[in-house]
Amino acid sequence: MIRVSFLSNLINGISLGSVYAIIALGYTMVYGIAKMLNFAHGDVIMIGAYISFCVTQYLGLPAWVSILASMLVCTLLGMTIERLAYKPLRSAPSLAVLITAIGMSYFLQNVAQLIWGANPKSFNSVVAMEPLRLFGGQLIITDEAIVTVLTCVVIMICLTLFTEKTKMGKAMRAVSEDKGAAQLMGINVNMTISVTFAIGSALAAIAGVLLCSTYPALMPTTGSMPGIKAFTAAVFGGIGSIPGAMLGGILLGVIEIFGKSYISTELGDAIVFAILIILLLVKPTGLLGKKVNEKV
Amino acid sequence: MSNLLKVENLHVYYGSIHAIKGISFEVNEGEIVTLIGANGAGKSTTLNTVAGLLKPRSGSILLHDQSIAGVPADKIVSRGMALCPEGRRVFLQMSVKENLEMGGFTRPAAEIAESIEDVYQRFPRLKERYKQVAGTLSGGEQQMLAMGRALMSKPKLLMLDEPSMGLAPILVEQIFDIIKELHEAGTTILLVEQNAQMALSVADRAYVLETGNIVKEGPAPELLNDDAVKNAYLGD
Repeated sequence: MIRVSFLSNLINGISLGSVYAIIALGYTMVYGIAKMLNFAHGDVIMIGAYISFCVTQYLGLPAWVSILASMLVCTLLGMTIERLAYKPLRSAPSLAVLITAIGMSYFLQNVAQLIWGANPKSFNSVVAMEPLRLFGGQLIITDEAIVTVLTCVVIMICLTLFTEKTKMGKAMRAVSEDKGAAQLMGINVNMTISVTFAIGSALAAIAGVLLCSTYPALMPTTGSMPGIKAFTAAVFGGIGSIPGAMLGGILLGVIEIFGKSYISTELGDAIVFAILIILLLVKPTGLLGKKVNEKV
Repeated sequence: MSNLLKVENLHVYYGSIHAIKGISFEVNEGEIVTLIGANGAGKSTTLNTVAGLLKPRSGSILLHDQSIAGVPADKIVSRGMALCPEGRRVFLQMSVKENLEMGGFTRPAAEIAESIEDVYQRFPRLKERYKQVAGTLSGGEQQMLAMGRALMSKPKLLMLDEPSMGLAPILVEQIFDIIKELHEAGTTILLVEQNAQMALSVADRAYVLETGNIVKEGPAPELLNDDAVKNAYLGD
């Protein structure tokens, strides 16, 4: 019995962690390329979930259409936020950009409240399969968990191929290392940053739909805590590193669920952040973060 | 001989600091021209402005008789100019091959492989290390990579900013041999150097830059024997 509950916790942790990982990818890619913390990223998730909710609920369209619609809206939203709020501040002090991002976060929450109200909506899961029953029905793996983890793996593979193999992906890596040098190669830095926001926001839409499929209470603040956790995951794994965001996200999810199950439900989040602090004391660049020393 | 690059009355500011105070110079097709001067004279500022990384306050920059003043750097590359920047600035976390691919960013994909082979032929060391990330290369190899990367865009005008900086004397010799080879192969070169001795020995013409002004210009061999230049820059 203990073993089954352990497995069940582990699977829930990996599933929650997969959502964190997908969100963390958006944080880490934007940080890597624009050297800014986009604190509005969590709220893009919430908008994505609302769009999916509206498309299925009010328009009565199938779930997959709602996901595509949500990705499209979030992509445009992300690019618009970057263009209007962050791009004019590209050479401003990083504190100004940070405050703008926090402001943008509250702006999105308030807009959502204006449109959809403050009361939670009940989000219908976009996944409708049979849960997987193992060990004679003792261990139940929900269909949401399976789809979430698989989605996370597919995204990871696609993103890795994109950044390693495609011209645009390589250009993104070049810009994240040295904007000036990238420009000297003929790379349009603004366009590259815009594409990064587009990808991050499309992933946020997917994360929002998956998150609300598992935790169905959707309200304007739905994105903020997962956003903070995913940001933590990105730092945990080493901000700027794509595999780091993945690893950090999944570890964070597992630690959170284990902490809540075995130590204390109330202290679950505190345990997560305590571990982050300890890790950063030991390895300030995060698990997979690299510090490259320049040769002279 | 026709002008490849013609800069006239160029003024550049960093905020309120007047860094370049109305300089004019030109580079003719097939030449090696060098800008020499002390640290802070404005040599790199000049190159960065010509390359489009900095915006001039006033003045004209003509490449092939077309104005490029104020055009952003990424739009200038495809017009036939490449800058190999000061401090090399190779992409340290990308492989040697990927760095070269970035150098050919503006060119059609079909031509990239051939150009990479050309670069490998000129710099066999890079071929040996094509899979390694650039951060693991030695300083000299990184300089070769930076030059190879700049050549990937097939520039008519190659601008080199302090290619010998921080390199051991034997490597400095090597880098200047390569500059000579590139020149013989028909590349026009604008060279910025603190190592005035070396720069003047390979260049056709030279300009001496002092706190944002051109104070002397002429054929390089002449400047090499000029007393004032000798005293100020050649250390004897």
